[in-house]
Amino acid sequence: MKITLPGLRSIRRLYALFFLTLFFFLLIIADFRRMQGFNVRLFLELDPLVAIGGLLTSQTLYKGMIFSVIIVVLTLFFGRFFCSWMCPLGIMNQIVGLGAGGLRPAQRYERNAYRKLFRFKYHVLVVFLVVAAWGGLQVGLLDPIALVFRSMVVSVLPAVDGVVLGLGIYPNGPVFYGGLVVAVVFLAVLLANRYLPRFWCRVVCPLGALLGVLSRWSVFGIQRDVGKCTGCNKCLLSCQGGCDPNGAWRPSECHLCMNCLEHCPEGALHYGLPKKGSSVHQPLDFHRRRLLETAVGSVVVFPLMRQSVSATTIDFPMLIRPPGSLTEEDFAKRCIKCAACMRVCPTNVLQPALLEGGFEGLWTPMLINRMGYCEHHCVLCGLACPTGAIRRLSVDEKIGRPPFVEPIRLGTAFFDRGRCLPWAMDVPCIVCEEVCPTSPKAIWYRPITITNRDGQSVTLKQPFVKPDLCIGCGICENKCPVGGEAAIRVSSVGESRSSTNRMLLTTHG
Amino acid sequence: MTAERKKTRPIKVQPEMGRRQFMVRVGTLAGVSTVIAGGGLWLHGDEPVRHRAVEVLTLKDFRVSANGLYPVMAVVHGENVETMVREAVQKLGGLARFIHKGDRVLLKPNVGWDRQPQQAANTGPELVAAMARLCQEAGAAAVWVTDVSLNDPGRCFARSGIEAAALQANAQVMIPGKEDFLATDMGGTVLRVWPVNRLFHAVDKVINLPIVKHHSLSGCTLSMKNWYGVLGGRRNQLHQDIHTSIVDLAAAVRPTLTVMDAVRVLKHNGPTGGSLDDVQRENTVIASLDEVALDSYCLSYLALRPEQIPFLAMAEKRGLGQVRWQNLNISETQVS
Repeated sequence: MKITLPGLRSIRRLYALFFLTLFFFLLIIADFRRMQGFNVRLFLELDPLVAIGGLLTSQTLYKGMIFSVIIVVLTLFFGRFFCSWMCPLGIMNQIVGLGAGGLRPAQRYERNAYRKLFRFKYHVLVVFLVVAAWGGLQVGLLDPIALVFRSMVVSVLPAVDGVVLGLGIYPNGPVFYGGLVVAVVFLAVLLANRYLPRFWCRVVCPLGALLGVLSRWSVFGIQRDVGKCTGCNKCLLSCQGGCDPNGAWRPSECHLCMNCLEHCPEGALHYGLPKKGSSVHQPLDFHRRRLLETAVGSVVVFPLMRQSVSATTIDFPMLIRPPGSLTEEDFAKRCIKCAACMRVCPTNVLQPALLEGGFEGLWTPMLINRMGYCEHHCVLCGLACPTGAIRRLSVDEKIGRPPFVEPIRLGTAFFDRGRCLPWAMDVPCIVCEEVCPTSPKAIWYRPITITNRDGQSVTLKQPFVKPDLCIGCGICENKCPVGGEAAIRVSSVGESRSSTNRMLLTTHG
Repeated sequence: MTAERKKTRPIKVQPEMGRRQFMVRVGTLAGVSTVIAGGGLWLHGDEPVRHRAVEVLTLKDFRVSANGLYPVMAVVHGENVETMVREAVQKLGGLARFIHKGDRVLLKPNVGWDRQPQQAANTGPELVAAMARLCQEAGAAAVWVTDVSLNDPGRCFARSGIEAAALQANAQVMIPGKEDFLATDMGGTVLRVWPVNRLFHAVDKVINLPIVKHHSLSGCTLSMKNWYGVLGGRRNQLHQDIHTSIVDLAAAVRPTLTVMDAVRVLKHNGPTGGSLDDVQRENTVIASLDEVALDSYCLSYLALRPEQIPFLAMAEKRGLGQVRWQNLNISETQVS
């Protein structure tokens, strides 16, 4: 009896299924109850583009980002396997591309042939890397892992969980600021497959481009026996990379999907080392001068970015960052806008910023206290952050329990005495005092007896904030019964991470 | 090739319509028109938006009939919470007096805050577990534990230890979501129709499991104040008339039994606490059928007098119980 080993394509499909499942598994368990010891950061930590971007801006490969070295080394030897074997966005693109089948073979050959357009992604990569070398981390805008993470967290998962009842990913369906914009970008990426299969992966993806560069000298590759090949082009039927396996193969474009191996009727293709009679490979296709122009052009981007007012130049009062966030300057060097922090936040207070932090801060996390508040004993956002833009805090460090002296402050709460019920309306309230989580409470009150408009004597408790006790968690603003704009609001002044955004002479606040 | 094809293709013309075809077409269109016109008339209305009428429910009275043989309130001092709970319930006639075989029972501890048991901001998990076990022993068909938390509910139930304790005692934990509230007429002075946790409409008996805590606005949070936790919606507005709200709630929710946790008492910085310095051990459990007397009794733990707490006199006036607990039949015991 002859045992047939599974082909490389079948193995790739198993890997793709495994990694896609793992991706969703880690995404779905990423909350206070189900996270346990799982590393929900895994996919972002494996991402070499995030690693290199962060390395260029801050000269460090933070904690788990070391995992990305595995992908770099494997790619150097085996080629750009990541894109069709592991990348959740690549795999999703491939699945969506299946729906665009039903074309005649000649049309499919044409759609899967290499095009000069594919050079574009190398320009995208160069822009991001040059900007990063100058200190601006924007790779997260188009990094596929950050993009797919953000899309899932901010739009797809909450939408699916809300519609498909009983899925139970969220106890209370979260909503996100400008989530539709993120959703539209994601849908555009998927729908682009109708125009050209794997449009995103072939034309746009900067991570694909980076892995393409690394694959240039890979030892193993797709080899075509020129003696056996009849030039039928069937290898192009389902070629994912558009890497010309029918001619001079392009290692930088090939995802090692292995479809060509299965489709070749002559058995002329194999993956491995070249044999006698294997056809030549093609180097990375780029126009040296054009790429250099892009690089030089990108050099201007960063100074222009810095010239524009952003949270790194001045302290924005409404830009309240999650607990443990680095100083805004360092935060901008580390945050990849992946929204992992927003996934784990139990109160939905973490929201993707639009322009609150300037253009650079698009989709970075900020607190909107009318949506939620920072839970006193919760440190999940730092735990979920793959790049250390939000540090990993212990509860003791966050709330300032010994051995720590000071709690982490996000800002300071201020009363709006024109809106506050006991201050402006002669109505008792002090909900803010009730919910204030510090001990002793940062909010205190002065009992006062006044004569109201009707001549009645009323005793009220008028609240105050003691700024050196306030941690800026925002629960007072969140629970304030005054609708619309709350009568107590947190602004970023006094945040622990900043040495300039201060108001008190004393050591803190 | 295209030029050739053009030549050979005949020019298409619309076929003439016969009488029969004409009749069929007109008949069909008349039918469709009738449906459209009828539908239009049917959907025609003066309201800009059509809303489905919301059914407003009322809460039932969960009390059992009074029995002069037993005291109204049983105070038990001791070390072991389960022993204290069993003794207190026994003094009132045993749980069989309150829970019958097949009853669906709801336990309402205070699970308001993301705090740990030793911080005493939530009812102690041992008390919840002990009560759940007693209910199971009395033959309850189902025992539920629920509350509407102020902090993230998932964290509150987990970190208070109440979820684990309840599950271990075979009780079911219900953390209400957005959809779990039903419009309910509370029939109060300030409280009219409010969203109420739907479990209160699905059970036969309700047992209140509050904890003694300091509270800046009302002075204390005890058994009557614990009914804030049945409400959804923007209940923080109740602070604007907190004493009337508390009395309205206590009048709307009449529990089968109340078992007060005075094992650890949050003396300052309530109702959230946070520091162990705010907590003092009193090692007491009190079972009561009179919430007013119970709350009045517990004031001593917070160094308060009944005159300082307006909602007590208001509740007495509303006929909810007696402020002067000294006048009632009270048992006080010490267990090891």
